[in-house]
Amino acid sequence: METIVLPHLPDHHLQVCLFVKVHNAQFLRQQLLDGNVDFEYAFLDAAVLFSRQHVLAACFRAINDMLQDRLKSNNVHSEIVFSLSPNNNISESFRRFGVSETTTEILAIKVGNDQMQVEEHLRRHVEGQVVPFTNETLTGIRNEARIQKAYRVEISSDQADAFIIGSMALKGS
Amino acid sequence: MTESTSLSLSARSHLPIPFNSSSEPLELIAQGAESLLYKTTFLSPSQPAALKIRPVKKWRHPTLDKRLTRARILAEARVLVKLSGEGIAAGGGGRKVKDPKKGDVGAGGMRGLVPGVLGLDWEGGWLVTEWIEGGTVKEAIYRVSRARTRVGGGVGSDGDEGVEELRGLLRKMGEVVGKLHACGVVHGDLTTSNMMLRPFATASHESSKPDGHGETSPHPSVTASALNESQSTTTPHQSLDGDLILIDFGLATQSVSDEDRAVDLYVLERAFGSTHPREEELFACVLDAYAHGEGSGMDGKAGKTVIRKLEDVRMRGRKKSMLG
Repeated sequence: METIVLPHLPDHHLQVCLFVKVHNAQFLRQQLLDGNVDFEYAFLDAAVLFSRQHVLAACFRAINDMLQDRLKSNNVHSEIVFSLSPNNNISESFRRFGVSETTTEILAIKVGNDQMQVEEHLRRHVEGQVVPFTNETLTGIRNEARIQKAYRVEISSDQADAFIIGSMALKGS
Repeated sequence: MTESTSLSLSARSHLPIPFNSSSEPLELIAQGAESLLYKTTFLSPSQPAALKIRPVKKWRHPTLDKRLTRARILAEARVLVKLSGEGIAAGGGGRKVKDPKKGDVGAGGMRGLVPGVLGLDWEGGWLVTEWIEGGTVKEAIYRVSRARTRVGGGVGSDGDEGVEELRGLLRKMGEVVGKLHACGVVHGDLTTSNMMLRPFATASHESSKPDGHGETSPHPSVTASALNESQSTTTPHQSLDGDLILIDFGLATQSVSDEDRAVDLYVLERAFGSTHPREEELFACVLDAYAHGEGSGMDGKAGKTVIRKLEDVRMRGRKKSMLG
């Protein structure tokens, strides 16, 4: 469990927790679909996350769009999922970057709130093992083919993240 | 004498959201005709970044101003992202690298030679890119030029190692511009102030001083990922080694026309000659590397055509040839 404060967004802390070996992805997904108010999180499929920067860039974009009243989706958490996509198709972004019934690695993000409450709630409801949110961990989980497909980039190259983050920044232009 | 003063909170109130209420370090680096350039952090307190803001121009009609600002920020960002995808992204960048084992030569190597886009808000009028460590090529050439003066050798005197180093740097310049053109991009403002020399060395060192105000964007920067092997132990300030990184794509366009490329080279030629008069005669190295350099991307027929066009372009302008 980690609290991340993005530079220039001091009022919008990110509570972040990376889970592996998750068993109840279906349950979590259902909470989101039901709009359960206790489950206002961004649940990301960690296998398509390239790096910490990749995730943070999506969070910045989502929060900035919220502050500018430019949300394209329901709330800032769904917007984080949407921001990961290089195109404007919201449902596709959920299919690609959100959790599906078979997802086993999940990055949970909550904007704002206090760490203790979020941590306690997540640990209670996500059936999985917490691991540190680092680039090393992400590299181990990564599904290159899916990232390649989503961003249309050869990610075996070491400079792919500049293109990925740039594509996210340009989305909607 | 470096002014590293961060903007106070009150001074930030005119900045766009979210920078108006942030307490992160924010240092004004340059103020150009079109934009303000700040050094700050982005996405993480340890990630230095360049923030370029295009402020509202009150004397313009507001609708027009919004449209222009938006278009320019987007054009710059699009070019930067396109270049960072060069050789690895689908679409225009799908061109295969000539010899993967040899590493990126030709256009594919371009993606490591521009700052990556980290964040963007075209409505808000700002763009954040990676911070590039090192000093401008202009400063580097000045350093070598001054050293040459001190040593007291004229051109051709033995021991004038400065010349060989300069030639190497200029060849690098020619190759980088060649790669850029081969990607279908024309920079639009090629000057030695718009090129950074990023040292290979992984050891951190103090960044060189900004080049002074009034320039559109001299661009000191921060340790970018060291993709290259560690270099020798020569102090970075002395050595002309490093990657030549192009910055400030605010006037860049996507073009493959010989005319546009020739004009791009001409702008560089004139700017170089006026900024570095002592080294003007060495400029031929740039063009030679552009049209014949192995890492150029414009070596071959394409480069030859552009050089020929350049000869035409030179004949234009004030007091030039009045024939035809």
